[in-house]
Amino acid sequence: MAKVIEIKDVNTNFYTYEGIIKALDSVSLTIDHGSTFGLVGESGCGKSVTARSIMRIVQEPGKIESGKILFYPDPNKNGEGVDLLQKPESYMRDLRGDKISMIFQEPNSALNPIFTIGFQISESLLFHRKKELCQSVVDDLGKTGNGLFIPLSALLKKIYEIGARNPEALLLGLFSRIPILKRWDRLLKKKALNRSIELIDDLGIPNPQEVVKLYPHNLSGGMKQRVVIAIALACHPVLLIADEATSNLDVTIQAQILNLLKELKKKEISSVLLITHDLGVVAHTCDRVGVMYAGQLCEVADVRDIFENPRHPYTSALLGSVPKLLQKKTLQSIEGNVPNLVNPPEGCRFHPRCQYKTDICSEKAPPMEEVGTNHSVACYHHLSG
Amino acid sequence: MLNNHPKLKELKFTASRIFKDPSAIIGFSLIAVFIVIAIGAPYFAPPKWESRPYIMPHKGFSRMPEPPSKEHILGTTSGQYDIYYGIIWGTRTAFRVGLVVVGFSLVIGVAVGTIAGYFGGIVDEIIMRLVDVVLALPYLVLVMAFIVALGKGLDNVILAIAVIQWRNYARVMRASILTLRDLDYVHASKLMGISHLKIMLTHIIPNGIFPVLVIGFMDIGSIVITASFLSFLGLGAPLGYADWGQMVAMARDHIIGPPGNPMQYWHAILIPGGVMILFVLAWNLIGDALRDAFDPKVRRT
Repeated sequence: MAKVIEIKDVNTNFYTYEGIIKALDSVSLTIDHGSTFGLVGESGCGKSVTARSIMRIVQEPGKIESGKILFYPDPNKNGEGVDLLQKPESYMRDLRGDKISMIFQEPNSALNPIFTIGFQISESLLFHRKKELCQSVVDDLGKTGNGLFIPLSALLKKIYEIGARNPEALLLGLFSRIPILKRWDRLLKKKALNRSIELIDDLGIPNPQEVVKLYPHNLSGGMKQRVVIAIALACHPVLLIADEATSNLDVTIQAQILNLLKELKKKEISSVLLITHDLGVVAHTCDRVGVMYAGQLCEVADVRDIFENPRHPYTSALLGSVPKLLQKKTLQSIEGNVPNLVNPPEGCRFHPRCQYKTDICSEKAPPMEEVGTNHSVACYHHLSG
Repeated sequence: MLNNHPKLKELKFTASRIFKDPSAIIGFSLIAVFIVIAIGAPYFAPPKWESRPYIMPHKGFSRMPEPPSKEHILGTTSGQYDIYYGIIWGTRTAFRVGLVVVGFSLVIGVAVGTIAGYFGGIVDEIIMRLVDVVLALPYLVLVMAFIVALGKGLDNVILAIAVIQWRNYARVMRASILTLRDLDYVHASKLMGISHLKIMLTHIIPNGIFPVLVIGFMDIGSIVITASFLSFLGLGAPLGYADWGQMVAMARDHIIGPPGNPMQYWHAILIPGGVMILFVLAWNLIGDALRDAFDPKVRRT
């Protein structure tokens, strides 16, 4: 199957006051075209850093040290992958929100309270899709009876044709500075607003014409999260990263949004990287699952295998600590705490908490090995299936 | 189309929120009256000398205030200055002092606070320690020192207060920006390659300016008091200038009348003092109303 993104041995460090935090330690994973990859693990195990490393938006004082992030922008053609870590910042700027986009965890801080919903969704379209929008305005102006004064219509058509050829044209920049001509992009903004109305209509927001005129505080948490999703989906990304997109929503809305993502994946976007600590969400939506522990990937498998046949002691302990509907016994918990990543334990990072540990575990880190079909585990004593 | 514009709708809501509050109505009506007086000053009290309208006319030099009469509707104060004339033209002085000082110091304070809060780190440290130095000095002493250095006069009073007043705004502005600068939409615009100046102007300042604006409105009143106090000390406006503080100062020997008739000179102190109180009260009420209308926490409850 065609790959969308391939991460190879990525190391990300945070240079803090306490020391160097090795947030990602040679993480490698591959996301196939058209699949949903779930990344699970405890808080602070590096799930979000993985996502941010892909987007190259690791915050200060973090730094991606080494590795390769190969991105295949055209999954249908078997082209060469682009190493995102070698590309200049301007390339990433065009990529973010366009080919790869991200749904953030906190809709309240992702939306600016002083701009309308419509403005914030169309902003992404205006940034990445100016050319196409200009072209479609030109097409509209070409039709007769567009309600505009004919010479004006001809003039506007000329202006938008410039925009359709080169959206960063010097002349357009000049126009934007002259008070009367400044409004030349009115039709463009209208077009973008209409696209945003369609977008949020698809996401099941009632009354989209009205909602685009509202401000973020007028909407409920679930609605805001949908708006954030709409912004992420505006340019039909190849890879959508959902970083705990549903974590602070109540279960009914969470279910709605997850179903929405599932549905969208069928028609709109190609693949999803879903980051969560909720195993129920993983079971519901994902095709493949990666389990992370202390900055390392410890098990990658298809979703059925993870739940029915976990091979890594950490995965099975994690599954054991999920309450079940007909639970009789006390709920299991994993003894101890997540290690401090400034000084991670030698060898396997899970060994201080592992019940199967032997001497070798504390000496040498176990390599990732294939133990079944599409199932790999980094453990010397992986549980037999 | 125009009626449905979201910005207009919000503005309408804010206005309706303000005008539901009785104290806000009182505040705004008082200010409206003062504005009418200030604009119509040449009609209410035609100046004696066209070129120097702010100088109060006086007949004679008697130190004893005269009670209200036909010629002087509100009487005269010490030195035979006409109180009515002083009140009318003093309104202009009060507005000038209050608005210019607050406007000027808001611009400085917001700029300094935004730069400190937005860039953080060493920039923040240097700027805020400078602000701390300014804050450490007593307010009035510092104002007086500036006036002594700059020379007497109303313009210098305005400058001296403005040069010190911004310190409060800078601190408040910085505090509200510290929470804003780490929000996702600010990071997002940084990643899109938008310049720092534009991020500050479009994302940071509009979101964080309301607390400072409210404090600024409330300060207009108290700055008028400070300026009046300086006039009272003789550091402010020149002698005979229409200024409420100076009028109170002129009447300070006549707060209590001669034995047997302690209320004889009531008009000399009560009228300028009362007008000043009403002016300050009006701005405080407006400041309160604006806080209720702008604060997102109480805005819609």
